Amino acid sequence: MAHKLEKIVVMRSQLGRVRGTGAAHSGAHHWKAERVTAIALVPLTVWFVIAVLSHLGAEQPAIAAWAGRPWNAALLLALIAMTFHHMQLGLQVVWEDYIHGSMRRDAAILATKGACLLLGLIAAVAVLKLATVAH
Amino acid sequence: MPSTEAARECPTPMNDIRDALLVARDSQHGLIRRPVSPHIGIYRWPITMVASILNRATGIALSAGSLLLVWWLVAAASGPQEFATVQAFIASPIGLLMLLGWTASLFYHLFGGIRHLLWDAGTGFAKPSLNPVSWLVLALTFVATVLVWFAGYMALGV
Repeated sequence: MAHKLEKIVVMRSQLGRVRGTGAAHSGAHHWKAERVTAIALVPLTVWFVIAVLSHLGAEQPAIAAWAGRPWNAALLLALIAMTFHHMQLGLQVVWEDYIHGSMRRDAAILATKGACLLLGLIAAVAVLKLATVAH
Repeated sequence: MPSTEAARECPTPMNDIRDALLVARDSQHGLIRRPVSPHIGIYRWPITMVASILNRATGIALSAGSLLLVWWLVAAASGPQEFATVQAFIASPIGLLMLLGWTASLFYHLFGGIRHLLWDAGTGFAKPSLNPVSWLVLALTFVATVLVWFAGYMALGV
């Protein structure tokens, strides 16, 4: 690297440069959240697939006892939170790509957020119920 | 007339208006056929294109499949009867088909997602690795799906 970098003149305030978000007023939050949830889901998914495989054909009491153990319940809750957050972020991008017209698009995104939140809460309540009942 | 001259030296056939509209001159004033953008209907899909759209398709499939996961958890928390209903549905032909699709989608999205994460980390963008890695993701999906279903088949002994 022989050549020296020239000083770049940026006509923006120092605060604006630090915020780094430009006219969109938001930065890479969505992108980062999608990646962070994806990274979390890699080990959680592998754990869940192995757990399900080792309980094939099990009756409800065995599944309930398994899901109720603190470690399993915590991992299930993490799986639920990461899955439905990641699902909301991913579906949002799909709607943004294919639905034209801001009203319909925003409505679809809001409906997806609501549905993902509710599904996640229902699943979490089910796990918490299993975790708090004595088996 | 310039048009007849053009027709004589034209490298591409001009049988209709569409052909004629595709004729242009290059920077050396020679006649050429304009390049056309890769339209899905006539363009051979590169494997990277397949891999890209499959990641989105499996993501949507998994979103639908998450309903099954929620139902399964709620049933497990509700009692033996409710749980037996879910298990019976999953064991039915349509339930098994859904579970097979869900398994394949899960593994594709998992391996494809790792491919995307590696790209995000700044590696694997070189042209020689793009096509093999796309095939690798498909192969891993197939192997993992077959392994899991074989393990399930052995465990249940059906």
